[in-house]
Amino acid sequence: MNLYGPLWLSAQLAFVTTIILVIVGAPVAWWLARTSSQAKPAVQAVVAMPIVLPPTVLGFYLLILLGPNGAVGSWWVQITGSALTFSFTGLVIASCIYSLPFAVQPMQNAFESLPKSYLERAWTLGASRLDAFFSVAVPLSARGFVSGIVLSFAHTLGEFGVVLMVGGNIPGETRVVSIAIYDHVETLNYAAAHRMSLVLVAFAFIVLATMFVINRRWSER
Amino acid sequence: MRARAFLILLLLASGAEAQERIQVAVSSNFVLTFTEIAMAFEESTGILALARSGSTGQLYAQISNGAPFDVYIAADDERPAALEHSGYGVKGTRFTYALGRLVVWSRKADDCLAVLHDPSAGYIALANPDLAPYGAAARDFLVSIGAWHAERIVLGMNAMQARSFAVTGNAVAAVMPYAQLTGLARTNSRCVYEVPADAHRPIRQQAILLDEKNVSAQRFLAYLKSDEAREIIRQYGYEVPE
Repeated sequence: MNLYGPLWLSAQLAFVTTIILVIVGAPVAWWLARTSSQAKPAVQAVVAMPIVLPPTVLGFYLLILLGPNGAVGSWWVQITGSALTFSFTGLVIASCIYSLPFAVQPMQNAFESLPKSYLERAWTLGASRLDAFFSVAVPLSARGFVSGIVLSFAHTLGEFGVVLMVGGNIPGETRVVSIAIYDHVETLNYAAAHRMSLVLVAFAFIVLATMFVINRRWSER
Repeated sequence: MRARAFLILLLLASGAEAQERIQVAVSSNFVLTFTEIAMAFEESTGILALARSGSTGQLYAQISNGAPFDVYIAADDERPAALEHSGYGVKGTRFTYALGRLVVWSRKADDCLAVLHDPSAGYIALANPDLAPYGAAARDFLVSIGAWHAERIVLGMNAMQARSFAVTGNAVAAVMPYAQLTGLARTNSRCVYEVPADAHRPIRQQAILLDEKNVSAQRFLAYLKSDEAREIIRQYGYEVPE
């Protein structure tokens, strides 16, 4: 069995998921940080729900929704001819939901700590709202972006329960590293389980330590 | 308040002591049958037999790591034999309680065989062959008819999950134990194909005692050999050895 195939697949999944989450999550975080709308607590709750819900609940609903009879799945079948469950695309959707709070919350915190006067100054100097966002808000919130990116990448890499329920264990498509490790443990193939697990342990330590070093440098500035 | 909590604890503790119970590791293909046997067993002996279900391989791994089960009910004969050799199983207590049968089931297709040969029809679900004997038998069958195409196969971690992939419509068909033609799988069935026994390795399902001194567990295994239990096993679609 290919040892690095599942690791590589997990890395691809985490990479794609992180990119989507930054693009989708940044506007949501920005809105949450700025709004005084009545709907804010509800939206915040929806964003944070994947932290509380067991992966089995997400997995169960995704199995129904993304399947060929489901609301989203049947529509996808009409367009592409295949369902979303048991596919890489399906796992990307599942991971985006699963890791959403880990992307949005750090960005939201960073946006909230941004003094409003900075933006107002940019506006009075003639910058458009979008321009002010990209040239003032984003650079000043870089720390939040780094945390959001690192956490959603790492969290997606560690995803297990949801994939177990909607993945179907297809090599090269949905057999991610956590599932491969699970299979190796269950079949008592501990040598292979060790090799994959050690890569993940080392990766998790290096990435998190790097993030904390960067954060400390930033706060010393 | 504290007194009441104490009382509740006491009641729970005494309740637990009042009834003898054994822990049984049950291969997931057999769980429904086991539940019915355990009910009859409790009625005649007062002993509660509790099931912990999983794939045969998964339970084997747990027992090999010292999981506190009293009885192991597997879906093959290899793993009980391996436990006998490694000392986790009690020598001489191993026996075949059932011979498994395999079916192809679908809620979407009218012809279960045709759908296996039609690459555009969708996924075929089976239990992971590395962990589940029914999965290995299903692979034997699909290979023998030339319908094993890796990109169409989705693996459940046990026979139950493979069935659920097909019941929810995510897979077009499942190759699964006959005994799982129950509940939604019976009421929503469009086609059932009984796989001939010579198209796959025999599914000799064996049980073995794990805790030598446990009298209740010994009684349960004796009951599993009784005519009452054999009748229940037969009703669920297994063959029963002579």
